[in-house]
Amino acid sequence: MLKFARLLVTGLAVCLAVAARGQDDPAYAFPIQDKFRATVVGTPEKLQKLFPPVVVHEDRLTVFPQRHAPNYLWYEAQLRYSYAFQDQPAPLIFLIAGTGGAHNGMRNLALARAFYNAGFHVVSLSSPTLPNFIVAASSTGVPGDAVGDAQDLYRVMERIRERYRRRIEVTGYYLTGYSLGGFNAAFVAWLDQQRRAFDFRRVLLINPPVNLYESMSILDRMLESIPGGMDNFHSYYDEIVREFNVLYSTADRLEFGEEFLYSVFSQLQPRDDELAALIGLSFRFSAANLMFAADLMTNYGFIKPSNVHIGRFSDPGDYAKVAMRLGFTDYFHRFFYPFYNARLERPISREAMIGRMSLARIAGFLHDSDRIFVMHNRDDLILGDSGIGFITRVFGERAKIYPNGGHLGNMQYVVNVRDMLRLMGELGKWR
Amino acid sequence: MALSAPKAAVAPAWWRPVALLCLGLLLGACSTTPVTRNGPAETPVFPAERVLDPGVVYESDRIWDPFEGFNRRMYQFNYYFDRYVFLPGVDLYRRVTPRPLQQGLHNFFLNLSDVTTLLNSVLQLDLKKTLDTSTRLMVNSTMGLLGFIDLASDVPRKEEDFGQTLGYWGVGPGPYLVLPILGPSSLRDAGGYSVDWSTRWLLWQQTADLELYQSWTRDTLSAVDQRAHIAFRYYETGSPFEYELVRTLYSTKRKLDIQR
Repeated sequence: MLKFARLLVTGLAVCLAVAARGQDDPAYAFPIQDKFRATVVGTPEKLQKLFPPVVVHEDRLTVFPQRHAPNYLWYEAQLRYSYAFQDQPAPLIFLIAGTGGAHNGMRNLALARAFYNAGFHVVSLSSPTLPNFIVAASSTGVPGDAVGDAQDLYRVMERIRERYRRRIEVTGYYLTGYSLGGFNAAFVAWLDQQRRAFDFRRVLLINPPVNLYESMSILDRMLESIPGGMDNFHSYYDEIVREFNVLYSTADRLEFGEEFLYSVFSQLQPRDDELAALIGLSFRFSAANLMFAADLMTNYGFIKPSNVHIGRFSDPGDYAKVAMRLGFTDYFHRFFYPFYNARLERPISREAMIGRMSLARIAGFLHDSDRIFVMHNRDDLILGDSGIGFITRVFGERAKIYPNGGHLGNMQYVVNVRDMLRLMGELGKWR
Repeated sequence: MALSAPKAAVAPAWWRPVALLCLGLLLGACSTTPVTRNGPAETPVFPAERVLDPGVVYESDRIWDPFEGFNRRMYQFNYYFDRYVFLPGVDLYRRVTPRPLQQGLHNFFLNLSDVTTLLNSVLQLDLKKTLDTSTRLMVNSTMGLLGFIDLASDVPRKEEDFGQTLGYWGVGPGPYLVLPILGPSSLRDAGGYSVDWSTRWLLWQQTADLELYQSWTRDTLSAVDQRAHIAFRYYETGSPFEYELVRTLYSTKRKLDIQR
């Protein structure tokens, strides 16, 4: 009987899987089947849609004139962002970078090229988790709160629009973001529904996490597959720095993040567990940067004792090493949760706090809106088991699910870029 | 000693205290230790003593940085120089110079540095690099019109300098140094750089009789060209530990360059 039940369940699961695959585009031919490899290697150059180069300008914005940046992070006092404007009236699209990503990172630049050539004005923003954003533009200095981060982004977007009001004519507003930036975009859209400052015509979420805590835990765990376990972290780290250097003369940017590590390692042939560790490590850099910036902003006493002052030229010493050893989940339990709970009138449980950091919180809005679209991959490694199910259920026809591509691996694939631009309404130049 | 004695005698009386003060400002007042206020340091949520294994020595701990206070200040100076002088200069250069000319100049300066590479390949008794670099130099300097066209691009190009030569013969890097404008270096590499620079200067003296303003133009162009080909931006790596990262990367890179 038990055997039969198990058989039935398996049969059902297979049917479901086949049915689910039925929604996928059968002709989709992104060549990398392995989700880890796809994540690290990304889209091979010959499968990318090539656009003419775009001149992207960079600028800075003082968001809180009264604020004093921590002495040690004096150089982060102003928010850096970039833009590319058309000469004629055009729609404007805001881009939001993923975890720890900068406004001028590789992925944002790729998006900027695509949308600029499709006829958009482009404004490119850093992730609210980047130290520059935390110091210059976060109202609390502690990123990760879905609504709080969206409010911070919204403020910045309004300020930037104000700045160029006389210079460009905007025919309508659009919004997109990848990874955590997609998650942020969803909450910005939700906020805009109440405030109506932009009245976004279309919003596109590219490979967003559904439940932030779940995705953070998955990424933390990836680092556990480093050779020799976590006790070996230091030698693994040293080894990475060495490998990194072997190829570093060929790289064209020194940006210690996901994109850079990946670009370096895509030239090697690592195994899956090594790739997982590498992905974990790249997110670990972002986590370390974020935690230390938040610690300095609030003087919370997380890594640095709260009565120790580190000045402009101080040596942070062991703090860097400690930060590298802590994960997103450490940040959540020992910093984020107590920090925000203390600010609430009525304290809530950890589970309730985790629930606030999820797209499920605004599922009704996402379901009912006809302007929000999502692109995702069935094998995206930042999603838990129920992630894709949630997305197809909530977004329905407005979800485009690809069979493979890992986390953002297929973002620059010619088919994805075409779909991206189509979803945003085909503004002319694209063929 | 005998030579310097008369000089010391004519130095004004205030020289010594001022020099000492400068030196003190440069080194002594450059403490980098964080300041603890109101009693002993409190315990943070994750104290280093608990998180880190005290027996473990990181590769980055082995880098000797006794002038850290000075270096961190120089690092900041370089940021300002970059932001207000160097990068605007690069911008201007890119706007006024036609693309092919930019590439030609770039090739020209690479060809010049091939001279340095050749000398150091010889000093390192490296036959392969010596042959490759001589081929490149001979082809590019003649048919490539003084290096403006890289005709020998099939021949692998290597970068060797006197710092690497010293390393090859067993000289350690010495203390880490952040040089004005040039950026991360070490005592050995800074010395090596000045040797390479002087050698090139001597060679110029022998081959072309340049006026002062001409050689200044050449050096400025060379610096701008080099900067245009480095994507690095100070304080834009996104890491609050950028100084340490750059220090580690530089030191490891030099070690690997010497091994190669």
